[in-house]
Amino acid sequence: MTNDTIICRCEDITLGEIRAQIAQGKHTLEEIKRACRAGMGPCQGRTCSLLIANEIAKATGKNVADIPLSQVRPPTAPIKMASLLGGKKHD
Amino acid sequence: MMEIELLVIGAGPAGLMAALHAAEAGAGVLLIERSDRLGGQLIKQTHKFFGSKAEYAGERGIDIAAKLIDACEKTKTITIWKNTPVLGIYPDGVVTALHQEKFCTIKPAKVIVATGAAEKTMAFPNNDLPGIYGAGAVQTLMNVHGVLPAKRILMVGAGNIGVIVAYQLLQAGVEVAGVVEASPQVGGYHVHAAKLQRHGVPIYTSHSVKAAHGDPFLEGVTICKLDKDWQPIAGSDQYIEVDGLCLAVGLSPLTELLWQAGCDMKYVAELGGYVPVRNGNLQTTEEHIFVAGDVSGVEEASAAMVEGKLAGMYIAALLGYQTANYEPELQLAREQLAALRSGPAGEKIRNGLSKVLCREVG
Repeated sequence: MTNDTIICRCEDITLGEIRAQIAQGKHTLEEIKRACRAGMGPCQGRTCSLLIANEIAKATGKNVADIPLSQVRPPTAPIKMASLLGGKKHD
Repeated sequence: MMEIELLVIGAGPAGLMAALHAAEAGAGVLLIERSDRLGGQLIKQTHKFFGSKAEYAGERGIDIAAKLIDACEKTKTITIWKNTPVLGIYPDGVVTALHQEKFCTIKPAKVIVATGAAEKTMAFPNNDLPGIYGAGAVQTLMNVHGVLPAKRILMVGAGNIGVIVAYQLLQAGVEVAGVVEASPQVGGYHVHAAKLQRHGVPIYTSHSVKAAHGDPFLEGVTICKLDKDWQPIAGSDQYIEVDGLCLAVGLSPLTELLWQAGCDMKYVAELGGYVPVRNGNLQTTEEHIFVAGDVSGVEEASAAMVEGKLAGMYIAALLGYQTANYEPELQLAREQLAALRSGPAGEKIRNGLSKVLCREVG
């Protein structure tokens, strides 16, 4: 697999960039996300999280089940500021 | 803030059945669906289902969806919100959603999360070329919108989704160049794989995708043979000219809302990834939150429907709407689930479930 393979397609993050982050000692999805925005696009990591977790597992010799996921926060989908501000039902 | 007895999130096979059975017993239900159509993946399933009569065997998914949707729409105690993404579940039990472009809050007594699963993808060079799809997207284009995804396509994955969608592609007039499968054997039901082979579609077991090629869109794919440790064998490359590549490499439960709610989660590879710890009534460790369908572990739609029915009936009873036949009906649903998961085909699911059921019920 080549380093220019796209891993996070929302944010155009390549395998090379992910591997570089792991080499710097970032061994969780949360750290990698904060460093390079992988998983911060419209799909919120639904596509790339597993691929990145697999890369971390490979590099560290851990089981993928032991790679912590990043924190899940609302909103689960992108929404317009206007919807937030305009909702009279927002009680 | 809207108050409701039961909120069902997701109107696929599990959510529709849950809403119907809870409402039939007497509960007030709000059914929320993210997309503009009810039915989830069922509306793309043009093939006939297996199982027994009780789980709609012998019927096509699209026809089952039509029946369930019609029944839900005719039930006055089910409020249906389409085009409504649920945005969050908070520790105080409040659920937020985007309904008719407005941010709104809901306070349900009970929640069934039936959000389904998302497709997994693969990393290989040029995996972002136009012409490369997940199997779900291919089915949506072809079976929902009537659009051909490609002229000649290569399928990756010989599980049930891979072999079924490959056959649907043939039916739609697409040339299927082959099915590539990393494991040494076909994972899907033999009857589906045999249909492909009768049409002369080669199934490349112990093979994987090495790279995609083309500019500006897909023109071909290099596949290679894998050894018994799943590593590529040097010199085994094979170039296949296609303008479409369809990935059917598994599903992963869509569990964001369960994480937010604070449910205990566990990684169970057999069930597709992280799934909620729950009891035999599909109740999670947050006692007002239940699950049904693929979000609780990736399985067939038949199992999702029975889980929905079971959770719906159980919650209705908790809310005080216990029908006369409640006990035998609940028992029947449990037996149906056990039957669907019996035999060698259900072994993986049974193993997975044994790791995540927190206690036996009933």
